[in-house]
Amino acid sequence: MNADFTAEELQFEQEVREFLQNDFPAEYREKVDAGIRLSKEELVHWQKILYKKGWAASNWPAEYGGTGWTATQKHIFATEMGLIGAPEPVPFGMKMVAPVIMAYGSDEQKQRFLPDILESNVWWCQGYSEPNAGSDLASLKTSAVRDGDEYVVNGSKTWNTYGQYADWIFCLVRTDNSVKKQEGISFLLIDMKTPGITLKPIVLLDGHAEVNEVFFDDVRVPANNLIGEENKGWTYAKVLLTHERTNISGVPRGKRRLAALKRLAKNTDDGFGGTMLDNASFRTKLAEVEIELQALEYSELRTLAALSVGNAPGPESSILKIVGTELAQEMDEMFVDLAGYHCLPFVPEQFEDGFQGEAIGPGNSAAAALTYFNNRKLSIFGGSNEIQRNIISKAVLGL
Amino acid sequence: MDFSNTEEQQMLQESVQKFVYKSYDFDTRNKIIATEKGFSDENWELFAELGWLTVPFQEEDGGFGGSAVDLVVMMEEFGKAMLVEPFVATTVLAGGLISEQGSAQQKAELLPKIMEGKLQLACAYAEPGSRFNLANIKTSAVADGDNIVLNGSKTAVLNGSNAEVLLVVARESGAATDTTGVSVFMVDATSAGVSIQAFANVDGKKSAEITLKDVSVSATARLGEAGSALSALTAVVDRATLAVSAEAVGAMEAMLHKTVEYSKTRKQFGTAIGTFQALQHRMADMFIECQLARSIVIMAAMKLDGGEDATEKSKSVSAAKSRIGKAINKVGQEAIQIHGGIAMTEELDVGHLFKLVTAAEIMFGNTDYHTERFASL
Repeated sequence: MNADFTAEELQFEQEVREFLQNDFPAEYREKVDAGIRLSKEELVHWQKILYKKGWAASNWPAEYGGTGWTATQKHIFATEMGLIGAPEPVPFGMKMVAPVIMAYGSDEQKQRFLPDILESNVWWCQGYSEPNAGSDLASLKTSAVRDGDEYVVNGSKTWNTYGQYADWIFCLVRTDNSVKKQEGISFLLIDMKTPGITLKPIVLLDGHAEVNEVFFDDVRVPANNLIGEENKGWTYAKVLLTHERTNISGVPRGKRRLAALKRLAKNTDDGFGGTMLDNASFRTKLAEVEIELQALEYSELRTLAALSVGNAPGPESSILKIVGTELAQEMDEMFVDLAGYHCLPFVPEQFEDGFQGEAIGPGNSAAAALTYFNNRKLSIFGGSNEIQRNIISKAVLGL
Repeated sequence: MDFSNTEEQQMLQESVQKFVYKSYDFDTRNKIIATEKGFSDENWELFAELGWLTVPFQEEDGGFGGSAVDLVVMMEEFGKAMLVEPFVATTVLAGGLISEQGSAQQKAELLPKIMEGKLQLACAYAEPGSRFNLANIKTSAVADGDNIVLNGSKTAVLNGSNAEVLLVVARESGAATDTTGVSVFMVDATSAGVSIQAFANVDGKKSAEITLKDVSVSATARLGEAGSALSALTAVVDRATLAVSAEAVGAMEAMLHKTVEYSKTRKQFGTAIGTFQALQHRMADMFIECQLARSIVIMAAMKLDGGEDATEKSKSVSAAKSRIGKAINKVGQEAIQIHGGIAMTEELDVGHLFKLVTAAEIMFGNTDYHTERFASL
């Protein structure tokens, strides 16, 4: 048994590290560290830097312009990106719709959509969740009725991230009401500029309109935007949702945040002449989080080792999702703890790019509560942690 | 032994419930928060008429009696409705400090105005580096003839942007964390050298950061004797700690209730999610937390009203704050999780209750701080 990388893998790790040190723009790094959101332009700029290097699509096979990396290389790349705080590509195009197009799309669809995703010329958003179809996704109701060469789409989607910036949306739509709910779903690609689509931003607890509701009112979609066969969409969606769960443990990001917590604790007065790094209960929490991160990291490595000898990702990835998200939320609480009174001000605009006013509170302490609120989503989305536990109960424990 | 409310307490509770039912629904509250002032003058006048503003004060000061149990009864209802009016800031904290530390003349001049709803106050005690240690005061008060000159920074000043008079805690002698040498000064909020940065807290209540630069006040603006204010401040902050703990108990009960009701109507996989045993047990645990939180808050209120010494009183308040902090995390996070995505939105009240209890966990010292304080007392 060993957890060592090979000489080639170590060399690759070094190459990735050097590239990120030199080419991930310092100003973006500062923003990420300060908790300021990067704009669409900045995210696209960074993606284009990766594209130039040939590293835009770490999860794509080489034939489509991806890196063709092994599971271990992907892991190394994601780790180094996370450690430095470089944003992953917005997942909806690169990680969700692209693998579905590759697996089930026509050649025409592949040529039409994949190159623009790779180059970040076209942004995608997701249209699967609905107000009444959350964890029970297959109960979705948005309908698509065939009318000559077109589908007519009616209904609404929710929890749509970045819809305001997206050019295209991929949708799960109901094309047959007469069969079992999983069997009447189709996978449709829709241009966001099509008449009849409206967006309503949803403001979340942190004051930011991160997601939208998307309404479809007699939206006419060319039938050649259908992926694969009609009524087979659920099968395709399952592929997409498996990809949603990759890299979900967040170990590298966790390590970066743990280091930030330690730095911050060292610079935070405990009110009695010392710092919070001397505070016994805070030290205990830091140690517990670090230990949990190690257990999680080695769980991920064990999964990776199984993948790299050709096993499919199993339901064990649910462990990574549950523990990773709950650990991230625990660290959110620790940032709140350190900030004390300074996280009470609710001034979300000061963490938007281009804020000109006078900042409130030291450093980005006022972001701590906002992040704590926002990250409650982690245990809800991507298959809620309840659903993940159901998967473990059924698929692993055989209950 | 009898834990039921007295007739007077029942009337007080019903009076708040009636007001909330008639004039303080979620939308109304949101509109109030959106105003620049951040609370409603009309409501404040009504609170005075209803006698609520007299509740924290002793009979000899013209108040309702100053019972901590009465205060708890009211604050729980405030918490359920997420009231943003500056009740704790003006009456419990600032009013309490004047009552504990002020001279007879100062009390006679200010307390009636507070109870009549005609004076807004704020208590500026916390500082950027003080964390939760009340004795850690670096703001300086230096004599200059008959005047005192104040310099320093204050943080988390509840109601700071609406107060006409600020009660500024400052150090006249000694080192930063000494327990002696601390005084309180009444400072007109419009005085030269006072700058106020206003904002709303995550729970919708107005707060401010305040800096004092060579602010000159008359020595008569000092509450009571020089350098003697820390024990009064401690007692008053203990009472305010109990008040926000009770507010959190009310908010947690509201979250539990809303979560249980939602679980009965929200259907996934063809069935109400409340039928899933995994969720039933978690809601049962939320109920247990709410009950323990209420019990320990009642315990602390009774001790504050009883004959225990100051240390015992402080210790019971820290016990309550520590324990409700644990309940806050559990009940708040589960309320969001069981609701799912919908509770992440600003449109649903549950998320705002969650934000209220998060702020309550921090106010006047968080869970860890009060656990340590309990152990050290």
